[in-house]
Amino acid sequence: MTEFYILMVFMIIAAIIAVETKNLLSSVICVGAIGFGGSLMFLFLRAPDIAITQIVVEVLGLILLIRATISRDLTFITGDREFFGTVISVVVVFVIFLAGVRVFETLPEFGTPIFAQTPGAASQTYIEKGLEETGAANLVASVILDFRAYDTLGEATVLFTSIIGATVILLYKSRKRLEESD
Amino acid sequence: MEGMTVIVKTIASWVKILIFVFGIYIILFGHLTPGGGFAGGVILASSYVLLMLAFGRKFVEQNLPLSLASKLDCIGAFLFALIAVLGLVYGGVFFVNFLYQKYLPGQPLELISAGTIPLSNIAIGLKVGASLFLVIFALSVCCKDLRYKDAKAESASNSSANKKE
Repeated sequence: MTEFYILMVFMIIAAIIAVETKNLLSSVICVGAIGFGGSLMFLFLRAPDIAITQIVVEVLGLILLIRATISRDLTFITGDREFFGTVISVVVVFVIFLAGVRVFETLPEFGTPIFAQTPGAASQTYIEKGLEETGAANLVASVILDFRAYDTLGEATVLFTSIIGATVILLYKSRKRLEESD
Repeated sequence: MEGMTVIVKTIASWVKILIFVFGIYIILFGHLTPGGGFAGGVILASSYVLLMLAFGRKFVEQNLPLSLASKLDCIGAFLFALIAVLGLVYGGVFFVNFLYQKYLPGQPLELISAGTIPLSNIAIGLKVGASLFLVIFALSVCCKDLRYKDAKAESASNSSANKKE
């Protein structure tokens, strides 16, 4: 358990630095540190599939962010923040913190999944019959591509549509701008 | 800005193929080891991002034209939907694993096993890799133009300031 607490403290410190620092590049690097901490946490929780995806997406996002922020100085919001806004955000954060504490109290003990206690739960069926019904040694693949393939189809559709839209808009805008600059 | 220094270019030209092969491995062995279509596709896209950072945008555009990338994207999405519909045709249910249940049982823990799952992994890997490459390419084009515009506006304001002085 201690490694989780160490990682959590590390990630919280990195998040605070990412918000508070004045330098944009170090802020981006701190965001990357949070992501790598999350991927380490997935590894300790024995979820290597998600850890691989997390680390790879983190690297790509970090490259994009650094590419976008480096050699460009953005103006920061300076001056005093409004009193009312600060009070509202502190109250909201406090309420979310209280709700989180209540949720953590009701969680089952670490390492004892709640679905394992109820007989006939869907996850138990997947674990017991996954190999013989799909033949895939990796149970995660058998769940996301066989038992729950509709989820994957929806996810693929969302990714396809959003990326087609983003590409069309970005390329159109930049082409227009290039024509204007010429 | 056309690429980075010679050191970066040399290292990138050695490393790119390793990253690409690793991505293919992650996709093909997705049903046996951790990984799968999404992670492998992102690794494939990141190999091209490495090329883009090291050699510049035009080099990548010659190697993998945008039209080809968008075609690959569409082919991946189409293949995934086609596998689902083939399940409806041959197995009777949408998305059923008809290859494993009827035609190609295979032994577990072998490369050719699990029926349609590796095929779906390949389709998703193609789709994710091509689409992420597309969006990163579009973002880099957009960023570069923005920077160009900023520099132009800056130089214009500088020149006007100089004129005033």
